[in-house]
Amino acid sequence: MTVSVAESSALSTPAAGPPVATYRKWDRESWVRRAPLLPALVFLIVVTQLPFVATLVMSFIKWSAQPDAPGKSFAGFDNFKTVFSTPAYRQAVFTTIEMTVTVVVVSAVLALAIALLLDRAFIGRGVVRTMMIAPFLIVPIAAAVFWGNGILQTGFGLLDGLLGELGVHNAQNISFLTSHPKLSIEMALIWQWTPFMMLILLAGLQSRDPEVMEAAQIDGANAWQTFIHMTMPHVRRYLELSIVLGTIFILQNFDFVLGMTGGLNSTNIPYSVYEVFYSAKDYGVASALGVVVVIGSIIVATFGLRVVSSLLTEEN
Amino acid sequence: MSAVAQVAQSPAARNRRRAGTIAIGLAAWVIGFIFIVPILYMVLTSLHHPSDAQTYPPSWGASLTFSNYKSLFSSSDGIGVPLLNSAFTSLVSTALVLVLAFPAAYALSIKPVRKWSDTMFFFLSTKMLPLVAGILPIYLFTTKVIHMPDNVFVLVVLYTAMNLPIAVWMMRSFLAEVPGAIIEAASIDGAGTMTILTRIIGPIATPGIAATSLICFIFAWNEQLYAKVLTSVSAQTGPVFVNTLIQTEHSYLAQLAAGATVVSIPVLFAGFAAQDKLVQGLSLGAVK
Repeated sequence: MTVSVAESSALSTPAAGPPVATYRKWDRESWVRRAPLLPALVFLIVVTQLPFVATLVMSFIKWSAQPDAPGKSFAGFDNFKTVFSTPAYRQAVFTTIEMTVTVVVVSAVLALAIALLLDRAFIGRGVVRTMMIAPFLIVPIAAAVFWGNGILQTGFGLLDGLLGELGVHNAQNISFLTSHPKLSIEMALIWQWTPFMMLILLAGLQSRDPEVMEAAQIDGANAWQTFIHMTMPHVRRYLELSIVLGTIFILQNFDFVLGMTGGLNSTNIPYSVYEVFYSAKDYGVASALGVVVVIGSIIVATFGLRVVSSLLTEEN
Repeated sequence: MSAVAQVAQSPAARNRRRAGTIAIGLAAWVIGFIFIVPILYMVLTSLHHPSDAQTYPPSWGASLTFSNYKSLFSSSDGIGVPLLNSAFTSLVSTALVLVLAFPAAYALSIKPVRKWSDTMFFFLSTKMLPLVAGILPIYLFTTKVIHMPDNVFVLVVLYTAMNLPIAVWMMRSFLAEVPGAIIEAASIDGAGTMTILTRIIGPIATPGIAATSLICFIFAWNEQLYAKVLTSVSAQTGPVFVNTLIQTEHSYLAQLAAGATVVSIPVLFAGFAAQDKLVQGLSLGAVK
């Protein structure tokens, strides 16, 4: 269920550890050291890992909670076959990938551009920084319902209103939310997550060595050369980190689908798990979908943990 | 700018530089404004009468009122109880997270266990698995096995587990900043574990611990999926309540904007309070 073991074994090189003799396996000292760790570990395993095991088991059971459904029975891989043969679920897999990639890539590019701007001195930089952070501090479902109803809603939404003021003919009938549901959700997610990535990238930019940057300038490097050869290599790790963290959160996005479109032509996997379990009450298929999400997440996490571990080893 | 570079600059180059600075400032202000507009418009809408809030063209200059906020709080099925539920689940789960995460972070930094980084990655990998994948067993367990549907304590337990990995990572990074030499010196001078905790580690790590709790509070407050599936009436949280304000018959937008604003205010406060350490915390301590 977890990817930690294989991944981090590469990290703990024998050379870095103390001599083995000082840590005998049942030695009292090592248990005293380990004791403070146990409550958190046990709690986490019970509350987060056991449900995944249960989900895995349930994905092999034919189990519907509809009143007229037959009883539970062993399903083999039937639930998984249903997941991959039903167009709606296949579509949900593609939608999840499409949304995550679009939002993460656009946010990362925007965030880098904005971080480069905010790294320079100008009047009111603190105020602009505060304005930029604010979207990240709006409760996601609140942001979602207001984007869906206050901004992109047909007729009385801010977008139609602004287009009307600009003289666009029949602006009150432009229904962005129904004609472009995925794009609508992506816009709102980009609005919320660009600030998060920008904060990490700005911290990265500000950790450059000012003397080295100045030396490059004196030696005649122009702005573009400095950016490509000095800023980018330094910022790369921060960019990777913001992409990994952004992916973890956006892959799990449920609130913006629920709050903006209610899943209409924009169902991603988290939303379809919710729908299959909560409305259709097909527990077997919902579990199989859950397992698919977990496998997808493990693929992302394997790459993600590598990035984070490179940061951690550098620290030591 | 070094003196050498400054001398080398001609007046024309200085003017170009100044123009560049102004252009950068202007661009930054425009982008900042674009990002804040949805929030400003949300607050403006929440201050309009319901009938003025959803018109075409928009009634920008309509008279302002607090009536939406009043009606949100005045009715018995208003936002009051959900906000209290949110406050309870967020604060109690954050307190539990601290109680569990501090000793763990201590065992991973100050007196590290063997293979501490393996343990760190185990914590992190649990965070990378999506919440939704475990929701069905959790739902069946709470409703069918322990018979605790619609209960705030169930959310407290889940939010504690949800935030624990992040909290361990953040706190480890803050505790790792405590210089080992000072702790060693103190213990040679005869200081016990408690003295070291309260006199040395405490003062150095307090800002980091505060930031960790603020970030855990934010994530718990924001959570909506578990809250929606596991609660109905008495344990309903603020974010779930906001979603119920969407209606189709009446003019609902002003009320919805007010609800969205109210529910976000604690997060805005917590976020700006944690601002100095927000990046370090959110990047799991990887960014200093």
